[in-house]
Amino acid sequence: MPLKVENKSIVVPGEILAEGMDFLPGEGAFRDKEQVISKRVGLLNVDGRAIKIIPLAGTYLPKIGDRIICMVFDVTYTGWRVDTNTAYSAMLSMKEATSDYIERGADLNKYFAIGDFMVAKITNVTGQNLIDISVKGPGLMKLKAGRIININPCKVPRVIGKQGSMVSKIKTATGCNVVVGQNGLIWIKGEPETELIAEECIKKIDKEAHISGLTDAIDEFLKEKTKGMTIVAYKEPEPERTERRERRPPRRDSRGSPRGGSRGPRNSNRRYQRR
Amino acid sequence: MIKNSMKEHIKELVKKGFRIDTRKFDQYRDVSIEKGVIKTAEGSARVKIGETDVIVGVKLELGTPYPDKPEDGTIMVSAELRPMANPGFEPGPPSIDSIELARMVDRGIRESCALDFKKLCVTPGEKIWIVLIDITPMNAAGNLFDAAGIAAIAALQDAKFPTIEGDAINYKELTNDPLPLQFSPIPVTVSKIEGQLIVDLTEEEESAVDARLTISTTEDGTMCALLKGKDAPLSPDEISKMVDIALEKSKELRAFL
Amino acid sequence: MAYTKRLDGRKLDEVRKIEAKVGVIPKAKGSAYFKCGKTHAYAAVYGPRELHPKFLQDPKTGKLRVTYNMLPFSGTGNRVRPGPNRRAKEISLVSEKALMPVMDLSEFPNTVVDVFVEITQADAGTRCAGICAASMALADAGFRMTDLPVAFALGAADGTIFADPDYNEEILAESGVTKTMADIALTILPRTGEFSLLQMDGELKKESLKEVYDLAHKTANNILKIMQDALKAKFKEA
Repeated sequence: MPLKVENKSIVVPGEILAEGMDFLPGEGAFRDKEQVISKRVGLLNVDGRAIKIIPLAGTYLPKIGDRIICMVFDVTYTGWRVDTNTAYSAMLSMKEATSDYIERGADLNKYFAIGDFMVAKITNVTGQNLIDISVKGPGLMKLKAGRIININPCKVPRVIGKQGSMVSKIKTATGCNVVVGQNGLIWIKGEPETELIAEECIKKIDKEAHISGLTDAIDEFLKEKTKGMTIVAYKEPEPERTERRERRPPRRDSRGSPRGGSRGPRNSNRRYQRR
Repeated sequence: MIKNSMKEHIKELVKKGFRIDTRKFDQYRDVSIEKGVIKTAEGSARVKIGETDVIVGVKLELGTPYPDKPEDGTIMVSAELRPMANPGFEPGPPSIDSIELARMVDRGIRESCALDFKKLCVTPGEKIWIVLIDITPMNAAGNLFDAAGIAAIAALQDAKFPTIEGDAINYKELTNDPLPLQFSPIPVTVSKIEGQLIVDLTEEEESAVDARLTISTTEDGTMCALLKGKDAPLSPDEISKMVDIALEKSKELRAFL
Repeated sequence: MAYTKRLDGRKLDEVRKIEAKVGVIPKAKGSAYFKCGKTHAYAAVYGPRELHPKFLQDPKTGKLRVTYNMLPFSGTGNRVRPGPNRRAKEISLVSEKALMPVMDLSEFPNTVVDVFVEITQADAGTRCAGICAASMALADAGFRMTDLPVAFALGAADGTIFADPDYNEEILAESGVTKTMADIALTILPRTGEFSLLQMDGELKKESLKEVYDLAHKTANNILKIMQDALKAKFKEA
């Protein structure tokens, strides 16, 4: 029996998509006796015999390996508690924040303070959705200044595009630095006018993700908005690295003068262990 | 979480002369005013400034006058920041923010004598009209003071007396008599961020405010209420500049009424 | 004498004019309004978010919490005093029970999904309008639902069953127009025809039940179409 609803149309929860056994319910659909039914508001996507729904709204659930943008809301003795813009907070341990040696009792605010934003990777998720994250790794870092916008997490794949093509397009056209988190948070940094263009562009994708020909529409949009502007890739004033190369604090001799010259008595002030 | 994220960035942008949505410092978002939106109220209005959306309803009740003002009717202004309008609004008794909002709107109307309280008297010493003004934000995206203040005046302009049958009020039959509104005070809130004076802030911008001043003015340019808020102090020069901005902006906003 | 001619001239199976729209409160995760005649209800959905106090948390699933409230200017007569009241608490509870059967919140342990129902204008049938708005708002927010609950009221006066009584019809017996009157508030899960909310005040004979079921299913299908169209309309605007 054929589909009851046209492929690529918008469907809503409870809507009957097909009858009989010709089709199998995939992601976002379920079977109730003879009928295959939609569970969500989304775009019907029929792939051979599988009926799938591409959701147009939803909630982000943390997954291992995901890159997310998050914010520190508490500093503890052993690390930081981080707001992931979901119902579940994440834990960033000292070990996962930096390769520096941090001595016991040190002030962790030097590394991340309350209100700091970062791009982090989810390293573990428990059954109760307790999350561990890390900022050690390529592309992971503290985010300084810039603006953070919030889109529906379902639209993140569209904003990134195939092999990152869409987000690259936005970066090139506006000269902004753009980092997309799987949790629906996006960081944009550039000149004020180009930041706004990037923001509007991303919001447009959020709103029109279900419309075919979106890629062309975005090309048009970016061309139109940046008409007459000289786009220069935004450069960070100076790179901030949470990984610091220096491993030992500057040594002082017994009279308190800074290092340089003779090394002074060997065993004085040996509070610090060597690695 | 997000609204606090922008605080530093907004300050940086302001220092360079920009706002996050590239509006000018003295530019309001799109304003729309709709009267008579609530049929169960004696008067009502819905004001949208950008995405901020506020409904004000006016109901009339009969009551007894204050002993020291036997010939004066009165108003009672309440505001509820219902949780539906913003994820940061919590359920429970009125918060200090909702109380501040209600009292600010009350001040603008009461102190300007916008309503002729003598004409709200039914029987001197015995019966007066009480004008109940209820402010409900439907979506709180910054600048609730201005939206609520404008909606309150629009609702008062829209209101009609119900009919009295003996001691009871027949709410189903409205008369054609409008309320005795003499002036229409309009509030304009001017905020200071990094030394710059800015109007109509979004919720994100409000997190970066050092000080703000709400100025209510009537048609002839008289100030009828002032309210300073937030932490930093204001110099006399800044206050004068803010009043000038408010006078200019209230003319623009009044045109929408 | 049977009640055949309705006070406002509507046909027996005719509901008032309905206007429904989603995405009306931008700050909310999902939102909708449902206007049925002069009864206007808004619903805003937030969450899943952490549930406080902690002892209420369920490690196996998220919870649904509906809060119904009438705004001060929404009453047909006097101003409605703000603040919690018993009627609102009861309506909040039955609304939640009306929506729960279709929800699957097992992916969100220890959380709560808040639905705030606000009545801006009341002319009978407020709890039903609120549930319809809540139903659309939850779908708009992207939650998985096995069906779209549809809520409305039926009236039964002197044996005549009719759809969607307004305020004047609710008081038919009180005002002496008819001898008996029953106000039946219900919520139907349209796919299966099951009832997730059933409340009745007044006098109703057992023999009337079959007619009640028939009219209920017919009315549900009419209203369902309007709600489905409202959910889809959001994506046609672009």
